Amino acid sequence: MDSSKKKAIHEDEDNGPWFPMLFSFFSEMTSLTLFTAKYCKNLFIPPYEINELLKQCYFVGYRSLPLVGITGFIMGLVLTIQSRPTLSEFGAESWLPAMVAVSIIREIGPVITALICAGKVGSGIGAELASMRVTEQIDAMEVSGINPFNYIVVTRILATTLMLPVLVVFSDVIALAGSFLAVNINGEVTFTLFFSQVIDSLAFSDVFPSFIKTFFFGFAIGLIGCYKGYNTDKGTEGVGLSANSAVVLSSLLIFVMDMIAVQITDLLF
Amino acid sequence: MNDSNSDKKKTNETDETSAKEFAIEIVDLHKSFKSNRVLKGLNLVLAKGENLVVLGKSGTGKSVLIKCVVGLIEPEEGSLTVLGENVLELKDKKLNDLRKKVGFLFQSAALYDSMTVRENLKFPLRTDPSIEEDEKEALVKEALENVGLLDAIDKMPSELSGGMRKRVGLARTLILKPAVMLYDEPTNGLDPITSREISKLITDVREKYKTSSIIITHDIACAKITADRIVVLKDGVCLTEGTFEELQNSEIPEVRAYFE
Repeated sequence: MDSSKKKAIHEDEDNGPWFPMLFSFFSEMTSLTLFTAKYCKNLFIPPYEINELLKQCYFVGYRSLPLVGITGFIMGLVLTIQSRPTLSEFGAESWLPAMVAVSIIREIGPVITALICAGKVGSGIGAELASMRVTEQIDAMEVSGINPFNYIVVTRILATTLMLPVLVVFSDVIALAGSFLAVNINGEVTFTLFFSQVIDSLAFSDVFPSFIKTFFFGFAIGLIGCYKGYNTDKGTEGVGLSANSAVVLSSLLIFVMDMIAVQITDLLF
Repeated sequence: MNDSNSDKKKTNETDETSAKEFAIEIVDLHKSFKSNRVLKGLNLVLAKGENLVVLGKSGTGKSVLIKCVVGLIEPEEGSLTVLGENVLELKDKKLNDLRKKVGFLFQSAALYDSMTVRENLKFPLRTDPSIEEDEKEALVKEALENVGLLDAIDKMPSELSGGMRKRVGLARTLILKPAVMLYDEPTNGLDPITSREISKLITDVREKYKTSSIIITHDIACAKITADRIVVLKDGVCLTEGTFEELQNSEIPEVRAYFE
């Protein structure tokens, strides 16, 4: 082997897996951006699939209530039980309802609920759309003159965007109920006192930004689920891959969005 | 000047005549998937009212061909005229309007899993506000009656057998009363008796709906029942064509292989 060939091979090895990985990352980002732009455009193009949107809201919202409720309750209960000893050490046990409320409303409630929905709803959307793609159901819609993007993608993304804030509010309320129960395990605090302390401790800057960011979390879950499912291309294997990558990518995106939201909130409020 | 005008007039007349005679006209069609050249300058015409069977080994571009016809796949080169419209020049709304005139029966029937048979059949009618709900119901029942599956109207696709799924898929495409039908391996995976029933159904559809059809198949029995003319594809181009009897007596080894 001559020296120039050896050098070329060495240079290739030096690039290692980075170049294909970077290329794949940027091409995926470009494709996701185009998909998002297509969603924004199709959002305003009739026909508006209201019945399908309501159906998806039912699936995303109503069907997720039990899971979100149970996790919310446990979240409030555990957070209260875990925080009590530390606060007791500083003689600040009376601050427990306020501390738990701020933690849940500002951060834990939205993020945990969004992650649970990414697992339940995001994977469901990814698998459903991928399965529709590999069994040619999406093509069948297209050839019968119906815009499958409007019917399948726009309705699902809109449903997750609208329903996640509702689920987060529900989860927060249940979490506070769990916290109230935990406070009463070792002491006695009336319902009125607990909730008046909760409300006193919360400011506009706690509630508003955390509520707004839940719309973005919902959008991310729907967008990634639809993007992964709609663009699947590896047959039945692709169905599993789409569901899996929808959960991974949307969970990651939720954390990234949360970080950005915290920075913006810090600057503005 | 006069000559050029008369030439133009002649060309227009020829175009109009071909549009009148042919339901589909494909000229020099090319399609590649990365380095894999699937269609390499395919020429094909489908006369109005004709049943054209396309035979060919797997990977010769049969399914790609009919997906190009409905605009699911965009070819790189060539011209593709369907019912007088150049598919490659059509944009969203016009393409959708044309698609409503072209029925497509997928290999897997592609029924919507989350909907009942009734909802599956009503689905293509949803964008037409001129059809009342009662009328839609009547159309659904008529289409199901035509394929002999009225009893299955409230069933889910998962409750149907392979043959029944194909019939429901066919009923769903027929509900829009298409002028052209494209069948992608309609008898694939079915037993010989059901295959024969589906093949007969394809000829019945032609009689009843006056459709022109392209039937992609490997099934010689299906070709015998349905074909007016058969085209054999090889390596992305048309190898030969003729009636069933003509091809049966063909000397070309690739063609003979189908009949042995």
